[in-house]
Amino acid sequence: MPVKFLPCGDTALVVEFGDRIDRGLSDRVLGLDARLRAARLPGVVESVPTFRSLMVHYDPLRTDTEALTAAIRALLAGELASGRARRLWRVPVCYEGELAPDLAEVAERTGLTSDRVVALHTEARYHVYMIGFLPGYPYMGDLAPALVLPRRSDPRTRVPPGSVSIATTMTAIYPVESPGGWHLIGTTPIKIFDHELSPPALLAPGDAVEFERIDRKAFARIREASERGTYRIDHKELAA
Amino acid sequence: MSAALRVVTPGLHTTVQDRGRFGFQAFGVPVSGALDSESLEIANRLAGNSGDLAALEILHLGPTLEVAADSLRVAVAGGSAEIELLGDRPTTLGSWRSALLRRGEAFRVHRLGASVCCYLAVEGGFALKPVLGSASTYVRGGLGGFGGRALAAGDVLPLAREIAAERTELSLPAPLELGGERPIRIVLGPQQDHFSEAAIRTLLTAEFTISKNADRMGLRLEGPRLEHRGGWDIVSDGIATGAIQVPGSGQAILLLADHQTTGGYPKIATVISADLPVVGRRRPGDRIRFAAVEVAQAERVRREARAALDAAIASMAPPRPAGGIDLQRLAEANLISGVVFDRD
Repeated sequence: MPVKFLPCGDTALVVEFGDRIDRGLSDRVLGLDARLRAARLPGVVESVPTFRSLMVHYDPLRTDTEALTAAIRALLAGELASGRARRLWRVPVCYEGELAPDLAEVAERTGLTSDRVVALHTEARYHVYMIGFLPGYPYMGDLAPALVLPRRSDPRTRVPPGSVSIATTMTAIYPVESPGGWHLIGTTPIKIFDHELSPPALLAPGDAVEFERIDRKAFARIREASERGTYRIDHKELAA
Repeated sequence: MSAALRVVTPGLHTTVQDRGRFGFQAFGVPVSGALDSESLEIANRLAGNSGDLAALEILHLGPTLEVAADSLRVAVAGGSAEIELLGDRPTTLGSWRSALLRRGEAFRVHRLGASVCCYLAVEGGFALKPVLGSASTYVRGGLGGFGGRALAAGDVLPLAREIAAERTELSLPAPLELGGERPIRIVLGPQQDHFSEAAIRTLLTAEFTISKNADRMGLRLEGPRLEHRGGWDIVSDGIATGAIQVPGSGQAILLLADHQTTGGYPKIATVISADLPVVGRRRPGDRIRFAAVEVAQAERVRREARAALDAAIASMAPPRPAGGIDLQRLAEANLISGVVFDRD
């Protein structure tokens, strides 16, 4: 599918690589985003990578869609040249009791044991496709096929912050309390969004994430340290 | 004693807003910022500020505020909103102008008229810590502005200046053209191919009404259904302010300052940036029509709008009537404060 340029009024341009959720498309989106940021084109305000496209917000008083399209086409020509280093985060999750309100139901609906659901969730390494819906809400994939379920038919009006959720081929973490329709299978004690920090979100599009099973004692300890501001989650640099 | 503005009554939804919070949409943080960026800029300039300081955005119904500083210069801009000094003899100080107030004076902002919003700027701005580079309030996320929320009675907003600068007041000789009933210009897309030809025709010919549940996130448009072609859900992609998204119901939603950064509904068209302040002013119950333009035209119209705003700023002048002292204002000042000083 050829790359499409779609105008969004006179303040944004979508560079669309495809219409599916696909790791290959995501890598192309993130690659262009990295090159666009490095190029510091005049008039570009910011860019937002999504599953299959890059939205480029611009100031129409400083550039125009024609100049911007030409500059982005030039960046696309260098598409294959660069590889990006990735950050790998290990996010602690407690999959027990009230911290995992939908785990039993997910097990029932997938025909697996709860332990097997947790094992499948913690075995995979996930790719952060994009952040959206809420400040800091990471869309991570892909889930093991055995865990794929549609969204809940009765969305909750209040999902607690830190809830680790699954729906369709994705897993996510609720950064703040909000309504939500995904299945809640665990809770992380760490904060993944803090507007006092810049960048405010722990995870960025393109990062890699693994979940690490922890018990309630570890959960309580890490949450307390996290609230005191003394907990540091480390990441590893992965080669491109 | 530090200078402040005390909130006596908060109005319906009064928040601190500047031009917006840019650079964090990739982390899911909406831009927020003023619905009517032109009136925000005018209010700031009238108060003697640069155009990008944060001011109070007042929606529907204005607040009552009290000056807790030796003196404070304020300015109001937007719709036909006026500042009214309260006290034994309430005095209207007029609209699209600045005014000098003294400690203990209470005033309200009222008569918004044909606009849902107006802006109250204070000289020097508020002493609020920016969050992610902006003082704009994003209420849903609880960030920015004053405690991440709309103002409440009893709030005390710290001011950056202790005392007003000595200078004459400013007014805008001709109020901004608010764009009243004229069609809102849009660029079709980014997903116009997800809609039937009839839907595009309907969008460009029908009249829509802004629903009652309009807020800073968006305006629901009541009117004929816009039919999708194929499905109505798409793989989530980015959202620009002014995007007109159409969920499965076929009822369009015009997205404003606090819109989410990404979404999974097709967007049939996007309001051009020059008309964003115009839609930002529209009230629930107001009618809305759309007219399509090309991107290049939208960019040209935006440059013209910027030039018109610059011309309006250049036209600001002291509010005295031609050829003399503003006796009425002098008299008002005397009556209200009990001492002789010229508010202008």
